[in-house]
Amino acid sequence: MTFLEQYRALLTILYKEIHRFMRIWTQTLIPPAVMIMLYFVIFGTLIGKRIGQMGGFDYMQFMIPGLIMMSVISNSYSNVVSSFFGQKFARSIEELLITPLPHYLILLGWILGGVARGLMVGAIVTFVSLWFYDLTVDNWSLSIFVVVSTSILFSLGGFLNALFAESFDDISIVPTFIMQPLIYLGGVFYSIQLLPAFWQTISLANPILYMINAFRYSILGSSDLEALGFSINYAIFMIIGFIILLSSLCLWFLHKGRGIRS
Amino acid sequence: MKALSITNLKKEYAGGLQALKGIDLEVQKGDFFALLGPNGAGKSTTIGIISSLVTKTSGQVKILDIDIDEDHSLAKKKLGVVGQEVNFNQFEKVGDIIRNQAGYYGLSFKEARENTKYYMRKLDIWDKRNEQARKLSGGMKRRVMVAKALVNNPELLILDEPTAGVDIELRRSLWDFLTEINENGTTIILTTHYLEEAERLCRNIAIIDSGEIVENTSMQELLTRLEVETFLFDLAEPLNKIPDNLDFQVELESPHKLKVTIDKEKGLNTVFKGLSDSGIEISSMRNETGRLEELFLGLVESNLTSESS
Repeated sequence: MTFLEQYRALLTILYKEIHRFMRIWTQTLIPPAVMIMLYFVIFGTLIGKRIGQMGGFDYMQFMIPGLIMMSVISNSYSNVVSSFFGQKFARSIEELLITPLPHYLILLGWILGGVARGLMVGAIVTFVSLWFYDLTVDNWSLSIFVVVSTSILFSLGGFLNALFAESFDDISIVPTFIMQPLIYLGGVFYSIQLLPAFWQTISLANPILYMINAFRYSILGSSDLEALGFSINYAIFMIIGFIILLSSLCLWFLHKGRGIRS
Repeated sequence: MKALSITNLKKEYAGGLQALKGIDLEVQKGDFFALLGPNGAGKSTTIGIISSLVTKTSGQVKILDIDIDEDHSLAKKKLGVVGQEVNFNQFEKVGDIIRNQAGYYGLSFKEARENTKYYMRKLDIWDKRNEQARKLSGGMKRRVMVAKALVNNPELLILDEPTAGVDIELRRSLWDFLTEINENGTTIILTTHYLEEAERLCRNIAIIDSGEIVENTSMQELLTRLEVETFLFDLAEPLNKIPDNLDFQVELESPHKLKVTIDKEKGLNTVFKGLSDSGIEISSMRNETGRLEELFLGLVESNLTSESS
């Protein structure tokens, strides 16, 4: 395929993906906004007032970057895993496999679809948070980089999960038993400096901690990472490293036909 | 030029099932080719390998002289496939499904729109373009699949049982359409369980059984091998016993129906004369089965016998 043909094919996949989650916007865009609003009301307004300061900021202010990242991560992941597995399940993935589309274009199309939903939900959550707190952004370029790259990373994770999934149960195991605990223990609601030294060390093995704190740093200008002696560049390299690793794995498994070819 | 060339193609599934045992097959450009075989013979595996839905164990596949392993992208551009089962997102609108398929081939938006409109009109589904695919009948979904396979104007079209489960009216209209596109230069490979369909449409034929090609010849040549034909005669008056003086094989299916099997060389006049001399009045007659069906069963059965011995 020529570059122009590939570009048109990529736009088609992207259009189809965006059209898919927009068609069911009551399932894809509204629930995260409602859930985040409840978090703001319960944890931010009601409980947050009693908590006072966290990591040197108002609790609500501290929580907002974490909640935005939580929405971006879970929606990027769930968009790709449900869409790709759905196509596998309904065999409509065959529509793509019989075409001249190279594997990297199939992967890129789905990842961009996941990023589109992740960013759209992130934007909705940010908008909702502005009702509750007058948020300012310390470093726009860093914040955009972190949110986009994290969205790419978790879209890749969703794609890998969908390739291996053989039933609808398989696409809920990873989000429920791995991602959610890592997100909640990654410092969305608390500063890990509150933890005893042992649990701080354990928490440092959680990759989502670095992503949430890198984003918090870009918004607030400060995060747990520096307090624990880690540069923000460390988090960025980690995200990029994981993106390279997961995209290589996805391409390898696509090439091998894992889960999509007999 | 060959539209399809398959050399020593093998497929062994995990678990040891040998679906293809090294088949060789050639289909000339412009041909209307039938690939027949009983269930589990290896037809869909062969089509799956050609269309990249199944990975081959070994062997070579060329589409219009392009090796699918060497230039996968170019080979696929020339191919359209209608699968055995519905394989599109049934929650999408029919028009979107077909236009998106054109997009996957890299067609411009204008081309995609024009081709979509052209094939949807040709297949009488244009008025369904804004309907969700899941609301269509089975026959309509088949038409969508055919339109989807053609939207990139492929030079080689493979249809895996395209008329399975559709009514006779649609089947015949699809036959006419396929004949038309074949006359316009598209090579067609058809697998079907309706042997009447293959006999009517195809010029050349291969029969596959247990992962091996057991016959590969022209339809005409194959049909000339048929030595006997079977006819059903509807009788004007009921008959209780077959007369003894008939010198051809006769069975009384019911008091109103006779089944007659004759050598091709004898011709029907002998039958008519014999029945007439015996005072049997015929109201109508027809072939019991398609001629190809008899040959097909013979070939598959002889392959089964040679395998078991």
